[in-house]
Order: sequence, then structure tokens, then C-alpha cells
Amino acid sequence: MKRIPLYAMAHARSGDKGDGSNVGVLAYDDAGFELLREWMTPERVKAHFAGIVRGDVERYELPNLRALNFILNDSLGGSGSSSLKTDAQGKTHAQAMLRMEIEIPDDYEIPRVGRSGSLAPDGELVPGDRR
Amino acid sequence: MSGDRIVRIANGQGFWGDSVDAPVRLIEEGPLDYLTLDYLAEVTMSIMQKLRQRDPDKGYATDFIELIRRVLPQIRAKGIRVVANAGGVNPAACRRALIDVARSQRATGLKIGTVTGDDILDRLDELLADGVAFRNLDDGRSFEEIRDRVLAANVYVHSFAIADALRAGADIVVSGRTTDPGLVLSPLIAEFGWKAEQWDLLAAGTLAGHIVECGAQCTGGNFSRWWEVEGWDHVGYPVLECMADGTFTVTKHDDTGGLVTVDTVGEQLLYELGNPESYITPDCVVDFTSVQLAQQGKDRVRVAGIRGAAPTDTYKVSISYLEGYKAVGNLTVSGPDAVAKARICADALWGRLRRAGFSYDQTITEFVGLDAVHGDITSHPATVNEIVLRVGVHDRVRSKVDRFGKELAPLVTSGPPGVTGFAGGRPKATEVLGYWPALIPKDRVQTEVSVEEVQ
Repeated sequence: MKRIPLYAMAHARSGDKGDGSNVGVLAYDDAGFELLREWMTPERVKAHFAGIVRGDVERYELPNLRALNFILNDSLGGSGSSSLKTDAQGKTHAQAMLRMEIEIPDDYEIPRVGRSGSLAPDGELVPGDRR
Repeated sequence: MSGDRIVRIANGQGFWGDSVDAPVRLIEEGPLDYLTLDYLAEVTMSIMQKLRQRDPDKGYATDFIELIRRVLPQIRAKGIRVVANAGGVNPAACRRALIDVARSQRATGLKIGTVTGDDILDRLDELLADGVAFRNLDDGRSFEEIRDRVLAANVYVHSFAIADALRAGADIVVSGRTTDPGLVLSPLIAEFGWKAEQWDLLAAGTLAGHIVECGAQCTGGNFSRWWEVEGWDHVGYPVLECMADGTFTVTKHDDTGGLVTVDTVGEQLLYELGNPESYITPDCVVDFTSVQLAQQGKDRVRVAGIRGAAPTDTYKVSISYLEGYKAVGNLTVSGPDAVAKARICADALWGRLRRAGFSYDQTITEFVGLDAVHGDITSHPATVNEIVLRVGVHDRVRSKVDRFGKELAPLVTSGPPGVTGFAGGRPKATEVLGYWPALIPKDRVQTEVSVEEVQ
């Protein structure tokens, strides 16, 4: 087993839901979706967002999009309009989620999607076995 | 029945403050049947209520009038119809302003429709007396808590009212509080004759509206693989090609920037989503787990398979109220030892306020450049060249918030060295508008549709 950043196997988007945010995570392939289903439990996601998420984390599945939808309750420091936080609407929570480390079996092949693969060009998130 | 007929709908405004040129470019850069424009956010209605209290002719999105002034000859020549929730809390005044613009451009025969009935601010006492409790939908709190501080109360009304205005020949329809996806669903109801109980079709139109409601967020904006997006300076806003059977294609005009792929559209499908199997609107309940996406050539994504169900017997009400006041200020601190010096500034600021006898309902201290948005999710760099200290307070008492604003500037001369960036004066207290979602039985709300022809 080894660990890679979620960014290497999925993409994501976040927005606000009342005093919480939602983060939708979309896997690039079926094998990756099954791995994320196993690894990305609400408990692990809440631990990843420790210090940001004060409430519970809820998880929904959209197999048709190979997607998981996470609700991060009480994660904005109040509702969008009253929060004092810079990110009062959870706009950056998807990028934070994509930094999460996912445990994968050694034989899982990181999908190469789009131009220059699935990782950002500045290499900040390149896992150990790539490039 | 022309089963292959395509209706092209574009959304040129994702929120109040979105690009002023995007709607103009959508009209000029390619074919279009309808242009939709979303001007209303949850707090926008209360801002508009205040404007109307000061001037009975205000309380709508004035940006929209300026836009129509710019594009009216073109939309008439091309036969593009416009659907906008620009009416805010005063659709009648919005229509009067539109008629003035049309007359000044001699646009005789132009038909302007309005949809009203969403604004229940003046009916709250009557509805409360009648047993509508307006309990907080999120946490069940009693409406009594905020009754005397309510600034606006608007119902998210159904999409058949706008459709009726379009069927009556309106070239431009302005409404108050309708749902964002409803701006797209209503022309589809009008064009294809979709009816209540055709839940799959209503769900398809709603989902189409959901995809485009934030403008360029489905055409490359906010996309995780941002390095694949080209042409950011002329990003194309979304265009929907819709069919009578509820299938549609998400695309954008040729020769515009941005990117439309299964991945950019897929991300936007999940935006602000709760339970995917139960996306509730006044018109239907959409099952997002039924949606199928397929790439159909460059910058074209076909969407199909959408299932829907009957809506609930209540409408959602968006209520806003005065929650208090807040102020936020920034100071920039240079290195060496930027973080250590910024921490001293923060401690000094809060300590001085405490000594002066001030405490607050809520405060914030952020180190922008270090951990302001992602906290401890990533390890912090050992040193940073410079940092922005961001501090703020929230309180029910305005004078306390103003007092905080006076404590920032002195740090430039009475704190550690290398503190700067204090420009624009003392941070002033601004009103914080609270948002209170509630429900109302559908039979308590009547929408009204009227269409007026410019003489």
C-alpha cells in the first residue's frame, strides 16, 4: 500500500450550504471510485478538516458520476453573511479536500487525464512515484 | 410537433456583481433564443428592501436596466428574449424603468412581463396570525427570536408564472424571488408546453438551470485542472441547447475561451448540492443520481437520463434580518520574522481593546499567507517573506465595532517594525444580515403575471 494526494485520482468542487459547505469529489476512473468509497469515510474527512469543520460530516454517493458528496456542517464560522472568515463560503474547501492523502494498493495505476496528467504543473502535489 | 427543435438558452449572470460584459458577449458572439440573468443572492433582497424604503422607485437590480439600454436594439433584431430576476423587491419599478428605456429607443411594441407575489414582508403578521410559524428550517428556532428585526421575506416561487408571461408574448420578463434554475426551466415550459406532473421533464429543465446558474463555473471557471483551461480573458459563458424530450447539450459560443467537458460540467453538478437524490425546488424534486453525461465533441457535453418526482406542498421562504455589525481590517507585515511580528501585532490589538474594556460576540485573527483558509491541513512553511494580518469583530452593538476599527492604525507606529498597508481609513462597522430559511404552505402564496406593451 502507498499514499497519494486525492488530487492525483479525482477532482472536486465546493460551495456553501447554510453554515456549512459541501465538497463534491469526482473520481477519474471506476477503480479509483471504489478506493475512495472505501477510504473517504466521514470520520477520515472530518479528521482531515480538523480545526475547520466543527459539526458532523455527511456523505452521499453518486455512482453515475463516480462521485461522493460531502456535507461539512458548521465549517464556515457562522453563515455566509455573518462569518468573519476569509473563506466565508467554503470556496477553497474543494482544494483543501484534494490535498487529502488516500491509501491505494501498489498496483493502482494513477489515471492520466487531460493535458499533462491529473496533477498541477508546479509539482506541489506530485506523489513520490511520479515524474 | 417538431421533435428535433432546439431552444438555445444562455445564462449571462451568475450573481449580482458578475461580469457586466458577459451578457453582451453572449448576444453578440453566437446564436441564442433566450438570455437568462440571475441578480439575486440571499442577502440581496434585504439590501433592495432598504433601497426601496428610502425611495419607492428603487429596490431592483439597476445593472439590468443599464444592460438593456446597451443591448435592446440587438435583442430585438435577433429575437432574443430575456428572463431575469432583476425585479428584486420592486418588479413594478423595474418595469417602469425598462419602459422608459424602451421609449427613449422608440422600441414600440416591446412587451415587458412581470411576475410578483413572492414578496411577503407586508403579509408576515397576517400569515403568523393564520398559523404559519416560519420556524428556522435548519435548526427549528422560533421566528419570535428575529421577528422585530426582519428586513425582507421572499418566497421562492414556481416557474410556471414566468412561463405564462412568455406565452403571453413578453419579450422581457422580470421577476422577484424565483429559483435560479427556474430562470431556465420557465422558457422550456413555455416553448415545449411541459406540464406539472411531467416530473422528469421539469427535473431536466431544473438540472439544466442548475448547471448554468453560476455562469462560467461550468465552462472552465473554478475547474480543478485549471491548467487545461485556455482563454481566461474571453471565457465563454454557458449556452444550453435544449430539446423537447428533456435532453440537452451544454456548450459555449465558438471562438470563446474556457472549457466544456464532462469534468467541468460534472463539478458544477455537485456545486452547493445536499442530498443528491432529493434536490427540492418549487417545481419538482430532482434525482441527481440519474444524470448521465457524455462528451460530444469539443466543448459539448450531452446531458440525459434525468429523473424527477412531485414537489412538496410547501415553498421555501428566504427571510433576512439584522443580526448585528461587523468590521474587518488588514495590516501587512514584512519579514524578517513576519509571522512572529504579526502575532505581536494581533496580541497587542486585542490586549489594548481588553484594557479599554471592550469584548465582542465574535472575533477573528487570521494570518493570510500562512493558514487563513486551510488551517493545519498543510504543513506551514518555516518562514514567509511577508504576511497579511487580518482581524475582525462581530457584535450587536455598533459603537463597539467602530471602536475596534480605531485600534488598527496605531500598530503601524506603536508595534514591531515593518508594519504597513494601512490604507483606506479605519474599518467601519457594516450591517450583518442574517439569513433565516423557512417554509410556507403553497396555497398561501399567489403569483401574479402581467404583460405591458410599450406604446
